[in-house]
Amino acid sequence: MAEFEPKIVAFVCNWCTYAGADLTGTSRIKYASNVRIIRFPCTGRIDYMLLLKAFDEGADGIIVSGCHPNDCHYTSGNFHARRRWIMFRSLCDFTGIDTERIKFSWVSAAEGAKWAEIVNTTVASIRELGPYTDYKKVAKYPEKEVIHG
Amino acid sequence: MVDLIKRAKELLESSAVKVVIGYEQGTGNKTRALFVEKTEDADKLIFDSRCIQNLAAYVTKKEVKEKGKMAIAATLPVMRSIIQLASEFQVNDNNLLVLGITPESNLIEFANLVEVETFVHQYQIEIDARNKEMLDKLAKMTSAERWKFWVDELAPCFKCYACRAACPMCYCSRCTVDFNQPQWIPVPSTELGNLEWHIMRAMHLTGRCIDCDACYNACPLSIPINLLTKRMLVDAKEHFGNYQPSLKGDNLMSTYKPDDKENFIQ
Repeated sequence: MAEFEPKIVAFVCNWCTYAGADLTGTSRIKYASNVRIIRFPCTGRIDYMLLLKAFDEGADGIIVSGCHPNDCHYTSGNFHARRRWIMFRSLCDFTGIDTERIKFSWVSAAEGAKWAEIVNTTVASIRELGPYTDYKKVAKYPEKEVIHG
Repeated sequence: MVDLIKRAKELLESSAVKVVIGYEQGTGNKTRALFVEKTEDADKLIFDSRCIQNLAAYVTKKEVKEKGKMAIAATLPVMRSIIQLASEFQVNDNNLLVLGITPESNLIEFANLVEVETFVHQYQIEIDARNKEMLDKLAKMTSAERWKFWVDELAPCFKCYACRAACPMCYCSRCTVDFNQPQWIPVPSTELGNLEWHIMRAMHLTGRCIDCDACYNACPLSIPINLLTKRMLVDAKEHFGNYQPSLKGDNLMSTYKPDDKENFIQ
């Protein structure tokens, strides 16, 4: 059997982590190709429902990343996001959603190497955890996959 | 409650208020909400230990608001809800008069919402022993066990949205579950959809829920959905300090501190 390749969805902010990921590319740093990056205007825009939907659609792991505190392009978006993440993470923990599979990080536009490291470590840890079967079973994902083609 | 009936009659006669919201005898051994608009109806008002419905859910309703100034028979959880609603600009002194019922069942009338706030702040929000025990039990489980617990508990939910209707904080004219573009939550009852709905509900109530248990009392299947909001209340206290609804409007999730502490962001 081929080795399990995890599907990772990354929700990143336009101003820091997206630019950081761009720098990773232009610096020719190689990193795992399991990640699908979705660009948001700000971490404050990253709705927790989107994270649930990512798992629903078959993601095995999620990365949420944006500007470091005090660096937000919109001054306070990441501060609001941080509060939301703190509460959402503890609610996930309480409902039994695997918090190991959601990685939160701050990656600035200058931290190309950090982005590669975040992705690589996340892919490695998710590979160890295996596919998120608990969630997929409840989401009835195999049937859905057929519908989406 | 003689005092309440007398006061309701006075208020209606003097046209100080147009409607008094209180409880009346319902079918069976249940009580239900009563909207007194005529003085003779005030005699139907009752108050006893069965009156646990959170009447604050009505003060944001358009049909009730348009009657004119309201007076509400408010127990402690109802008063807390009113303060929270006032901080969200849903009610104010011009459209609401609070006839408070103290935990000792005495009637006190408040001149304005500031007085209500002062009264409410004398009492801490406490989670009762039975639910505390349940929260501890869940905290000791493994993540997989908790997942199974919630999937099983929520599986029978058929999304009647009684929890939403009973909650004074769920006053949005268009709720996220009513959206179909995008369809955040599937309409039929599915295991995952039910979980998503209850996670969404708990998140929207974080920092706003005042722990009145109206959602649990309204649930026809007695699903312990109030545990989700209770856990949020406990965690909010742990992370951001003691929480009390206040007129200042500094809601937990709409404010932040630059030095909020967490230990999971890399």
